[in-house]
Amino acid sequence: MSAMWLGVIGTSAAAYALKLLGYSVPQNFLSHPRVQRTNTLIPIVLLSALVAVQTFAVKSKLEIDHRAMGLVVATVALKFRAPFPVVVVLAGLTSALVYHLR
Amino acid sequence: MPVVSATAKSTIRDSLSVSLTVGAYGIAFGAASVAAGFSVLQSCILSLVTFSGASQFALVGVMSSGGTALAGIATASLLGFRNSLYGLRMSPILKTKGLKRLLAAHVTIDESTGVALSQEKHGQDAMRAGFWMTGLGVFLFWNLFTLAGAIGAKAMGNPASWGLDAAVPAAFLGLVWPRLTSPLDRTLAISAMALALALTPLLPAGLPIIATAFLALAVGMRKQ
Repeated sequence: MSAMWLGVIGTSAAAYALKLLGYSVPQNFLSHPRVQRTNTLIPIVLLSALVAVQTFAVKSKLEIDHRAMGLVVATVALKFRAPFPVVVVLAGLTSALVYHLR
Repeated sequence: MPVVSATAKSTIRDSLSVSLTVGAYGIAFGAASVAAGFSVLQSCILSLVTFSGASQFALVGVMSSGGTALAGIATASLLGFRNSLYGLRMSPILKTKGLKRLLAAHVTIDESTGVALSQEKHGQDAMRAGFWMTGLGVFLFWNLFTLAGAIGAKAMGNPASWGLDAAVPAAFLGLVWPRLTSPLDRTLAISAMALALALTPLLPAGLPIIATAFLALAVGMRKQ
């Protein structure tokens, strides 16, 4: 089985198991305030890490290239409360422009 | 025939607008997934079966930056844990059994739980209606738009030439932005970025991302 298929099947199985878990455990389980608090912070750190790595990493090297300009534009667009599709398209257009100009 | 009440109308409106908005993220996911090297079929299976946006984005993000399948699954699962907590919250409200409970679990995501909880003032019937309409509505549009995005990206070819390689981190930024509601959140976000980049030359791809979960653990589990 290819790594891609392994990723697809493993993620799908784990995602459903986690969803079902909430319906299967006693109510007071997992409801500790510290678990709740940590849970709201997990997406913040993981998504932020993904932003950084996807923008500046090429395999295990760091590089500033066309993607960085795209991210700058995305940040400005979000500051101005642009909706999600606008943010993504502006970042893509900027990056493509820089890519072709280089 | 009973007339549809004003409350029900507002629940329907909320559910529909959320479902359609999420569609836009579906296009971004389909495109990102294909740009990361997944096939159109694999992208669609992720949306149909995993059906949890942040987890799906995380898997393709980690694997496209060279991470192993295991690193991708681990990151996606850390993000998917919040669905367990949503299920815990929704379970006593939905009171479902058997097959319907299995279906409820599948559509237990940010949006369905969010709309359900926002209907609290209208009572449990409205909460249940909001949950099911949003869950099934998002499921429909998320999958249709994933297919559209995946086919579109397939037709484009070289991701960098079309800016897709920057659209993906921009999508992650768009996902995290609304979650940054306090100075602590923003500090944590910047710290996670710095830590992930610092670890990138040192650890195999994917692990620098997972490592930032310890930041969340350290902050979230301390005494207050």
